[in-house]
Amino acid sequence: MPKITIDKDKCKGCLLCVSVCPQGAIVINEELNLRGIKPVKFKSEGKCVGCALCALICPDCCIEVYK
Amino acid sequence: MDKIYSHPQSLRDVSTHYCPGCGHGLAHRLIAEVVDELKIRERVIAVAPVGCAVIAYDYWDFDCSEAAHGRALAVATAIKRVRPQNIVFTYQGDGDLAAIGTNETIHAANRGENLTVFFINNAVYGMTGGQMAPTTLLNQKTSTTPSGRCAQSQGYPLKISEMLALLPGVKYIERVSLGSAPDIIKAKKAIKKALVNQMEGVGFSLVEMLSPCPTYWGLSPKESLDWIQNTMAKEFPLGVIK
Ligand SMILES: Cc1ncc(C[n+]2csc(CCOP(=O)(O)OP(=O)(O)O)c2C)c(N)n1
Ligand code: SF4
Ligand code: SF4
Repeated sequence: MPKITIDKDKCKGCLLCVSVCPQGAIVINEELNLRGIKPVKFKSEGKCVGCALCALICPDCCIEVYK
Repeated sequence: MDKIYSHPQSLRDVSTHYCPGCGHGLAHRLIAEVVDELKIRERVIAVAPVGCAVIAYDYWDFDCSEAAHGRALAVATAIKRVRPQNIVFTYQGDGDLAAIGTNETIHAANRGENLTVFFINNAVYGMTGGQMAPTTLLNQKTSTTPSGRCAQSQGYPLKISEMLALLPGVKYIERVSLGSAPDIIKAKKAIKKALVNQMEGVGFSLVEMLSPCPTYWGLSPKESLDWIQNTMAKEFPLGVIK
């Protein structure tokens, strides 16, 4: 099952990854990170296809992808 | 399970000072990925600008120098002439490259220095508070053009890449965008070509990247990418200029 990891303390909550994920597998994490903002989290429920679009668009290099 | 996307070695695993959605982080990462792929990490010397990317040397994990505002290509010329075995690139904003540094930019290009230039066009001066840049679009609101840039008093958006393409010393110029996933893939290809050109001794190569500054465009990160695609890329058409 493809999956991603997100470095939640580097994440700035720009939501660009959310905007490109074709599967809706990335959602806002209500828990604040060390920066004091709401980062995103992976919530695949088996939907992630490992396309890596999120990692491609993330300006802060927070995402790594496994397939 | 294989890791199909991992953090490039040439980029330090640290949090940057850039605003959420800023294109600088993305441009840094693409350059780092290409440096890794070309296996030139031990040979590269970057020259950082003055502008929001002033501490790019804290983010790239290869040798870097710093230049006074606008003087990156003068510094890069000296480094490359003294150390021709190194791969030398400058990384400059539109204020740095096309306003205060116009002189250094044009003459380095005209001398046909075998250098690579990464030109980040975000249509404003980010670091100093979102003032108008030479590349600001007509009618674009900035802190120094609160009712929009007006051609009569502030002139037109400067097409420095097209101007440089007229010079015989310039071998490759392409304008790319960081405004969508397919465009980011094309941007990375252009970055690679511009560095390979230098390795093969082709000569002066420049990649202009249309890059988001959500903070001083007053837009969300997603809206900023849409603005690049729908508005900015109309004024600054994408593609190989030379
Ligand atoms: C000699 C000198 N003049 C003016 C400044 C002030 N200054 C710092 S950054 C900057 C413009 C930066 O804009 P740009 O190059 O577009 O980069 P960005 O911050 O948008 O990435 C200016 C005018 C300076 N640091 N040094
Ligand atoms: S694109 Fe990167 S910084 Fe932006 S919300 Fe997603 S993981 Fe966070
Ligand atoms: S002010 Fe603009 S260019 Fe500077 S870090 Fe913020 S978004 Fe990036």
